Amino acid sequence: MPEEFRLILKKADEPGYTPDIDCYMSHGGYESLKKALAIQPKEIEDGKTKTPQEQIRDEVMTSGLRGRGGAGFSCGLKWSFVDRRSGKPIYLICNADESEPGTFKDRQIIHKDPHQLVEGMIISAFANDVNLAYIYIRGEFPNGAKLLNKALNEAREKGFLGKNILGSGFDLEIHVHRGAGAYICGEETGLIESLEGKRAYPRIKPPFFPAVLGLYMCPTIVNNVETLCAVRHIIEMGGAEYAKLGTPRNTGTRIVSLSGQVKKPGYYEIEVGKVTLGELIFHENFGGGLREGRSLKAVIPGGSSAKVLKAGEKFNMKRPNKDGEMESVEVDMLDIPYDFDSLMAAGTMSGSSAIIVMDDSVDIVDVLANVSAFYAHESCGQCTPCREGSLWMSKALNRLTSGKGRKEDAEYLTHIATNIQGRTICAFGEASSWPVLSFVKKFKDEFEAKGAAVQPAEGEPNKEGAATAAK
Amino acid sequence: MATETTKAESKPVETVTVKVDGVTVEVPKTTPDWQGNPVPTTILQACKQVGKEIPHYCYHPKLPVSGNCRMCLVEIGMPAMGRDRKPILNEDGTPKIQKGVLPYDPSLPRGAIACATPVAPNMEIHTHSDNTKMMREAVLESLLINHPLDCPICDQAGECKLQEYSMEHGQAKSQFAETKVAKPKQVDLGPRIMLDAERCVLCTRCIRFSRDIVNDDALGIVERGSYNSIATFPGSRFENNYTLNTVDICPVGALTSKDFRFQMRVWFMKEAKSICTSCSTGCNIVVGSRENKVYRYEPRDNDAVNACWMCDEGRLNYKWVNREDRLTDCIIRERDGNQRKVEWPTLIKELSERLAKAEPGSVAIIASARASNEELYLIKLLADHFQAITDCIPRQGESDNFLVQADKNPNSNGARVLGVAFSEMGIQIARIDEGIESGKIKTLLSFGENITRVGIDDAMIGKLDLLVVSDILGSHAADKADFVLPGAAHLEKRGSFVNGKGRVQKFQKAIEAPGNARADWEWLRELVIKITGKQPADNLPGLFNEMSASVSAFNGVQWKDLGDLGVDINI
Repeated sequence: MPEEFRLILKKADEPGYTPDIDCYMSHGGYESLKKALAIQPKEIEDGKTKTPQEQIRDEVMTSGLRGRGGAGFSCGLKWSFVDRRSGKPIYLICNADESEPGTFKDRQIIHKDPHQLVEGMIISAFANDVNLAYIYIRGEFPNGAKLLNKALNEAREKGFLGKNILGSGFDLEIHVHRGAGAYICGEETGLIESLEGKRAYPRIKPPFFPAVLGLYMCPTIVNNVETLCAVRHIIEMGGAEYAKLGTPRNTGTRIVSLSGQVKKPGYYEIEVGKVTLGELIFHENFGGGLREGRSLKAVIPGGSSAKVLKAGEKFNMKRPNKDGEMESVEVDMLDIPYDFDSLMAAGTMSGSSAIIVMDDSVDIVDVLANVSAFYAHESCGQCTPCREGSLWMSKALNRLTSGKGRKEDAEYLTHIATNIQGRTICAFGEASSWPVLSFVKKFKDEFEAKGAAVQPAEGEPNKEGAATAAK
Repeated sequence: MATETTKAESKPVETVTVKVDGVTVEVPKTTPDWQGNPVPTTILQACKQVGKEIPHYCYHPKLPVSGNCRMCLVEIGMPAMGRDRKPILNEDGTPKIQKGVLPYDPSLPRGAIACATPVAPNMEIHTHSDNTKMMREAVLESLLINHPLDCPICDQAGECKLQEYSMEHGQAKSQFAETKVAKPKQVDLGPRIMLDAERCVLCTRCIRFSRDIVNDDALGIVERGSYNSIATFPGSRFENNYTLNTVDICPVGALTSKDFRFQMRVWFMKEAKSICTSCSTGCNIVVGSRENKVYRYEPRDNDAVNACWMCDEGRLNYKWVNREDRLTDCIIRERDGNQRKVEWPTLIKELSERLAKAEPGSVAIIASARASNEELYLIKLLADHFQAITDCIPRQGESDNFLVQADKNPNSNGARVLGVAFSEMGIQIARIDEGIESGKIKTLLSFGENITRVGIDDAMIGKLDLLVVSDILGSHAADKADFVLPGAAHLEKRGSFVNGKGRVQKFQKAIEAPGNARADWEWLRELVIKITGKQPADNLPGLFNEMSASVSAFNGVQWKDLGDLGVDINI
């Protein structure tokens, strides 16, 4: 039976559990940190030794941990890219700018168990020779920022932060920085610019890869809240044990934010890939199904920027058969295991693991107009395709939803979106164009119906369209 | 030539082999960045070096790379790598090339921005493939959808990169069927700059120029997304002494010069290469004029002097050329106040007759360090003949740590190397004043300076037997002079200056002198012939070469060697 597997949120919802350090420590908190700091240099072959830091990084690599923020990039690999020979300080930034529509997982950790994040950060900082770290928290989380500052003060008092942590000789300071109220502040290089006090314009890569030229042009690691919490558990249980959770290459647990037209919206922590999309929506342990009399229409599986899945869509996926050989199998969208690679194989992504469920009561064009309005509002405007294209799509969709659509609008929208994706400085270009591309492609009939409903008589130009075009 | 020594013998330049549009080329591994530091050569730089221009808006060779306009997106291919990190080879042994495609949609290209992507060995660059064209067209379409398309009334028309690229790379029509974004227009950014935010393509060149070149973080972007606009910080103005450079580097008509806007269509203007005369830096400029009226100065590229910038003060210092009080007549004045307007031959004849009577040692010459080298050379010939005491009048002002020098004369070093003035300019003025007071100096020749500025008043003028004034603008001394010779502004003649750092630079004629005003070297030459019997060359290049041969500092540099960018000499 599919069920939750609570690792990161194991304690958070227990009755009487508070965000205080005493509560955290009475539940085994900061033991992983003590364990990490106690690691001794290890002799390996030909007389070389592995430092404790290298050993922790090895554990994270072994764990197979993938970033929980959206891209799902290997955490161990990301750490391995850090330029450790530059002579410059290395910074660690916790990305707590949780802004992707539909996502509400990081805030659970921040509000209910902030010390888990702090512990994860201290271990990660230690592992990467970081002496100064930042938590960049979304501006709209004022209480979260308060709680984190309180947690940091408590940790400082207990000697987990500051100079010579627990007598190890390791120094670390962590600062909370409240975000500037823009979605783009969550893009890692935009975040770095914002942290430096500038407008959150994402940087061009090359040359500004954070691992080499990040905060103040120093090597920088940017990790998501949930990712850093997972590091704490990897140290506690060991990388190999952690890797046994979930499925191969999609290890560990993930907190899924389930919203939309289900009976039990909320957050559910699962072993990655052990539960299907359909189970998350319909099983009584999770969403509990749709409202009475409704049928499923569409699912956005990974935050609003992920490509939509249409109810009944089928995908060919490689699956091991009885003899362990890979063979191509047709899989219904509801049977897709909820993990990074399966959703990618289905042409979409698990993103920030936010599932938005839509039943047959929604007007799909309205939904897309809403999503596009968000991205038009949040485009930073730095680079041309996204700046101009995001608002262009939003305006076209508003025209469609206000009864001024044209028959050609489906293709028109696809034209605009195609010219954004892959041409921009950051992944926002994909975030704004993928919903449009996928909605229009998969629900073309509905877009065409909206356009056809108000078509002018044959030969007569669409006055509204013509008038606006001439302006 | 003085400075062009052979550097080619140093070690060979490391190169990278790439393919541009199917042609294998070798480009240097590094190329200077905006500050001149060697950095890995980018696709854009590599293509430029092999004569392929890649369209761009935000990239500027003298500014940090921003990468925001996406106009320089090109399709590229990279050698495919095997699991062993070695290139996979084709059957013929050439490296197998993998085209850049979107990982989630391999039917679409993954373009690289040429301005920021370094070249890599065996990279294939496609500057005109269908995919590159498609990406360009899309960027141009995006830039134009909210653009007001008000070219008929836009000052940038004719030199606008939106127009040019639309012509070269754009599509004839847009699919845009929505209302355009309305943005601030006629925004008064500062005393000299007006912004039309609707025309702006948000390339941020102006922001980077002010922040990174002038060190004045005055401009930024407000609002978000499609509503982004350039703005100053609330309550502050964009008013440093270099603001007008942003008008030059603005690829569109967003930033306009208050001085130039709505004055002249750029395609009607004639251009002449010249030098700014407002200080001793000698910024290279292009003078834009029409029908003998100057409309603007623009900086001209010269990395040895001003890169591609100039100060606002110098740029706007041209209006005096068209002033009403220009001297336009040759005048001979009797001591009783009667005066005659005469033609040049009469003036030269009568003046040389009067000068012939002057005793050696009784003549003083106050020349100008705003005169050209050739003029000062001829003045020096006259001075030597009369054993005259000579000097120029110094002009000191503010300087900054960028382009503006405290010495406001454009040719102080020319005056010095030609022996008309000395290390401390103006040191002889007091001796001249004393000589006039004591009656030792009876003849004063003033070329291009207002001598009343250095204390020569009516009483002293009264003690002179002869006062000759040549100038461009009228002055009290000109009103009192026995002979008045109307001179030409530097825009009205050819010549050369030596700037503060010892660079000889030439300037070309932009417009005709008004009335009877005449290039000074022409009538100075006639005077020299009449008085000294010498025969200086009858053309400006010849005169320069003659001067160069006789004045050691010029080291034999020929006029043709000066080119557009000048030559350094030892001052």
